[in-house]
Amino acid sequence: MKKTIILLSLALVSWGAFAQHDHSKMTSKSAVQSSIKVAHSKSASTIIDNYLALKDALALDDSKNAAGLGKKLFDAFAKFDISAQAKQQQKELAEIIEDATEHAKHISENSKDIGHQREHFEILSKDIKDLVIITGSDRTLYQSFCPMYKNNKGGAWLSNSKEIKNPYFGSKMLKCGSVQQEITMK
Amino acid sequence: MKKLKAVLLVLLVVLVGLQFFPTRSNHSTIILSTDFVKTNEAPENIAQTLHTSCYDCHSNNTNYPWYSNVQPVGWLLENHINKGKEVLNLSEFGSYSGRKQQSKLTSMISQIEDDKMPLAAYTFIHRKALLSKENKKALLDYLRTLKK
Repeated sequence: MKKTIILLSLALVSWGAFAQHDHSKMTSKSAVQSSIKVAHSKSASTIIDNYLALKDALALDDSKNAAGLGKKLFDAFAKFDISAQAKQQQKELAEIIEDATEHAKHISENSKDIGHQREHFEILSKDIKDLVIITGSDRTLYQSFCPMYKNNKGGAWLSNSKEIKNPYFGSKMLKCGSVQQEITMK
Repeated sequence: MKKLKAVLLVLLVVLVGLQFFPTRSNHSTIILSTDFVKTNEAPENIAQTLHTSCYDCHSNNTNYPWYSNVQPVGWLLENHINKGKEVLNLSEFGSYSGRKQQSKLTSMISQIEDDKMPLAAYTFIHRKALLSKENKKALLDYLRTLKK
């Protein structure tokens, strides 16, 4: 009897493992290549709001609006309370915020140079992703990638939708790019 | 005619007067341990390119041309140097966080690739600071090796 139970449970476990494996195969078949889970938190909400609005402005080739949003993002970084975050991550967070603040500032100061705004937006996007991994997010985010940006070096950005609206090319190539990664909440 | 003379005289007085307000000079003989060339142990040819084409506005030490003592030219230069140092100070590069260093490298590469740097207003007079095709490539290749 004991033996049968052991065998049965073994069979169950291996079936479970197989099923899981199958499931992972299924998700990898869809457009999203990988997925990460972050904490559910509202602490970076204002930053995410303004970042996403900035991304939309760049996709619309609206450099003036982008500059205004750069300023808003700058203010959001200034208001962000690092001390409320886990102690061991405060140093890295401070470095992320310092770097991101500078990019937001440049974007706000270059209302007549959308190319320059986009350059800073690209580095900023990496900062925002690293920030969200630490602080958590209040919504699902998608990291999309356009392989053609900057003479085929490529550039990534975050969006709250799977739909591609390219902030690097705007109307020139609005649909260029694909979703690379999904950032979901635990 | 009399009026013109008067205007010219006033202008002359103003210009002479301006000379009494010299600029704060950006000069330092100390090479900090955080200096870009030092921290990255850049090869000689790269160091030379950086010193001639970048360091005047992006470090604590400017090689001033004679006319920098003439106002208001000196003030204009000062303004460029202050702005340049604010966004990138190669004398202090090593004190930047790893993230900031990488970020600055990305911007440096991009600005040089697009011929936005060195600034046209600067190379217009400093012909030596103009990057030759070979120097530009060597510098870009080098900067790319520092990117992670």
